[in-house]
Amino acid sequence: MTATAETTTGSRGSQPPVPDGAVTVTVKIRRFNPEFDDEPRWDSFDIPALPSDRVLNLLHHIKWYVDGTLTFRRSCAHGICGSDAMRINGVNRLACKVLLKDLLQKGDKHTTITIEPIKGLPVNKDLLVDMEPFFEAFRAVKPYLVTYGNEPTRERIQSAADRERFDDTTKCILCACCTTSCPVYWTEGSYFGPAAIVSAHRFIFDSRDEGAEERLDILNDIDGVWRCRTTFNCTDACPRGIQVTKAIQEVKRALLFKRV
Amino acid sequence: MSLALDKPRQPRRPAARRSNGELYSWLFMRLSGLLLVVLVLGHLFIMNILDGGIHKINFGFVAGRWASPFWQFWDLAMLWLAQIHGGNGVRTIINDYARKDTTRFWLKMLLYVSMVLIVSLGTFVIFTFDPNISN
Repeated sequence: MTATAETTTGSRGSQPPVPDGAVTVTVKIRRFNPEFDDEPRWDSFDIPALPSDRVLNLLHHIKWYVDGTLTFRRSCAHGICGSDAMRINGVNRLACKVLLKDLLQKGDKHTTITIEPIKGLPVNKDLLVDMEPFFEAFRAVKPYLVTYGNEPTRERIQSAADRERFDDTTKCILCACCTTSCPVYWTEGSYFGPAAIVSAHRFIFDSRDEGAEERLDILNDIDGVWRCRTTFNCTDACPRGIQVTKAIQEVKRALLFKRV
Repeated sequence: MSLALDKPRQPRRPAARRSNGELYSWLFMRLSGLLLVVLVLGHLFIMNILDGGIHKINFGFVAGRWASPFWQFWDLAMLWLAQIHGGNGVRTIINDYARKDTTRFWLKMLLYVSMVLIVSLGTFVIFTFDPNISN
């Protein structure tokens, strides 16, 4: 480990009392401090935790009571804001939605939880990645209502059946779990990635929107939907349960038959 | 998608016309894959299982098959489809995994040259095969 000038105590002082029923788990975190490290390194922490804890609680424990320099994003901590996407035991998950009891080893075996930053995006520090390439792809598909002509004097009416067509893709919280689980995105960052295609899908199949053709043309490019290899990593990773691969296939079908 | 006619001179931004190449290559992979299942499995069955399998294959057997335009066409279709299908697959792998533009370019050049060589050599043999060459 590289010598660090920073303090290695928690930001909230000494450790709180260990609650009843707590088990000690090892949290192994892939860390990188651009000021001191040339290469990412692994740090392990033995943490007392309850089976009902979320992985985010473990990270909080480390940051507050063990090593205040640990850096990660989180905001709402309840699976809504999509800030704390990370690679937990090799799969992309929201740290606030994974319960420790689902990661515990059977019997009395010791549990080690591996946490890495999501792959394919530049790491700023520890688990904090630069999301800009991700949002650049998101913006490129025009994820907003596009209409032409005069605005209607009343609201834009939509039937329940028309609303149903893109219902699944409205659930996206832009956490980047899907895009950074995609093997094509790992090696070739110019691919739009699943999340951008999901956001495009949400408007392409919206009966009130008139920009479908523009978006379909953007996604017909060499870095668009045809890059998808249907590995279903994205569908597996999505914390909102969006059928991401299905949405991508629907965009492919719309392109193939020139019909939305 | 409905066209807004109430203000006809409103500039409707024309969609940037991009090539449909990736779409066609994706579609080709599906269709040629289906055809190749029939062609290749049929070929394997005839060559390796029927009438004593591989032991029956000699110059005369091949000459007899290629005397018929049907088998000529079968082998030609198999050659072209397999080469383009496989070549297109390798092209997408190169696109996915090559990190530098120069690497990508040269790998693809190597691929295309080998595809052209094999397709033209095979086609040449199928059409100019002379069953009397041994005499």
